[in-house]
Amino acid sequence: MVETLVQNIVFGLLLGALYGLAAVGLSLVFGVTKFLNVAHGELLMLGGYASFWLFNLYHVDPFVSLPLAALALVVVGIVLYSLLFSRTVKMDEEQKVQTTMLIGFGVSLILQNLAQRLWTADDRSITTAYSRMSWTLFDIRFPIVRVASMVVAILLVIALHQFLQRSYFGKAIRATVEDWEEATIIGIDTHRVYLVAFVIGAAFAGVAGALVSVGYSIVPSMGLEWTLVCLVVMTLGGLGSIIGTFVGGLILGVAQALTAFAVGGAYRQVVGLLLFLVVLAVRPQGLFGVKEG
Amino acid sequence: MLNVEHINVGYKDLQVLWDVSFQVNQGELVALIGPNGAGKTTTLKAIMGLRRPWSGTIYFEGQNLCKVPAHKTAELGIAMVPEGGRVFTGLTVLENLELGAFAPHARKHMAQTLEEMYQLFPRLEERKFQRAGTLSGGERQMLAIARALMSRPKLLMLDEPSFGLAPLLVDRIFAKIKEINQAGMTILLVEQNVRAALELAHRSYVIQNGRIVGVGTSEELLSFEFVRSAYLG
Repeated sequence: MVETLVQNIVFGLLLGALYGLAAVGLSLVFGVTKFLNVAHGELLMLGGYASFWLFNLYHVDPFVSLPLAALALVVVGIVLYSLLFSRTVKMDEEQKVQTTMLIGFGVSLILQNLAQRLWTADDRSITTAYSRMSWTLFDIRFPIVRVASMVVAILLVIALHQFLQRSYFGKAIRATVEDWEEATIIGIDTHRVYLVAFVIGAAFAGVAGALVSVGYSIVPSMGLEWTLVCLVVMTLGGLGSIIGTFVGGLILGVAQALTAFAVGGAYRQVVGLLLFLVVLAVRPQGLFGVKEG
Repeated sequence: MLNVEHINVGYKDLQVLWDVSFQVNQGELVALIGPNGAGKTTTLKAIMGLRRPWSGTIYFEGQNLCKVPAHKTAELGIAMVPEGGRVFTGLTVLENLELGAFAPHARKHMAQTLEEMYQLFPRLEERKFQRAGTLSGGERQMLAIARALMSRPKLLMLDEPSFGLAPLLVDRIFAKIKEINQAGMTILLVEQNVRAALELAHRSYVIQNGRIVGVGTSEELLSFEFVRSAYLG
């Protein structure tokens, strides 16, 4: 009994790390640009298929192909930003959120149907030689692939955090978030800042998707569920805190696992939305977020 | 150096500036004075490229600023200190200063300029690792000025540096502005605090309801009712 409980928590943490990784991407985009990109889940799906086909057609190891999946999404990100999202840059915040949401819905429908047409609606996953291996510690199973995925997620989140805190361009990004007009005055090209944030967000979705395809499975219609997960985690962790958002992902993963364990698998999705409502009601700035004003 | 020629500027269908013309010459300290809402900040925004004139042109060293993207203005050598000592409050003092040198020509000399700024404002060095949001009003204003100077500008524009500061602090800030000007910096000072501005400026323009209504030295401008009442209290 206790082992099953702990095992569930471990699986929850391992999945939660991917929630966190994906949500950090969405949170960065929203925090910097105020674009609510509801096609974030579809970007994740694309990353999953990139990795899947690289493995299936060219036998590229899924962990080796991670940079390629990221690169593919960088290209997709640049195209989406230049063609669609950049047009909303000059709008005021509320209008921007609404418009980008509509754009996002459109993009997500197109990508979802395109993926279904091209790659069928079948569930896919990558099975490598080491897919079934796992470490066992005190009767608790740690699947190697998922542990490795969590390590990748943690490293990427720390790298992003350091980039924003330490690098010169990272500081320019933070300055732009605070006051774009002031940033422009001192010579920062805010359009470039928005583009970079958007592209990093897309790349994070791509890597998360690639990791999902190896530890779990992917399907063209997975996007909506992941977008919802990201929105819940973003709210849970609080805006403006990269690490906080990641921890929010871990919390959601564990909450889902515990609910599935205690109540039944059918309630997995409900617990996220419930958490979402509770956080909004009790602590709208999120668990680790900073209150505005 | 800076020539503003017949600009009309507005927001949507509300015109703010009407046929505004003035110039600032190399080494001068020019004040643009006028009551609240006269269009002073809009004038600075038009020069920075944040607000495009409907008509008219702005030349800086012979170059038409209306054709320069806003973020390139700093690169040409124009720095602006926004109203009320607006700084990046979530960033540290040092980070604010570093970002002030964002323009490529300034970034090369960042370490040296930073040293100069610490000499000009020793208080900033003491607080360099503090978040700018924790600074007092006067310190923030100093940081805003220092951040603007970090871009090694040819023209420094200040928007209401006296805003919200106690009289003693205003004196101190204005003494610094004078010091910076005497070291060779060309300055365009926008002020509501007429008395302080006139004491400092070589020449001043009076702006009212979006129109330039007078120009001259402090004595010459005393003929304006608005200036006199501000002066005599």
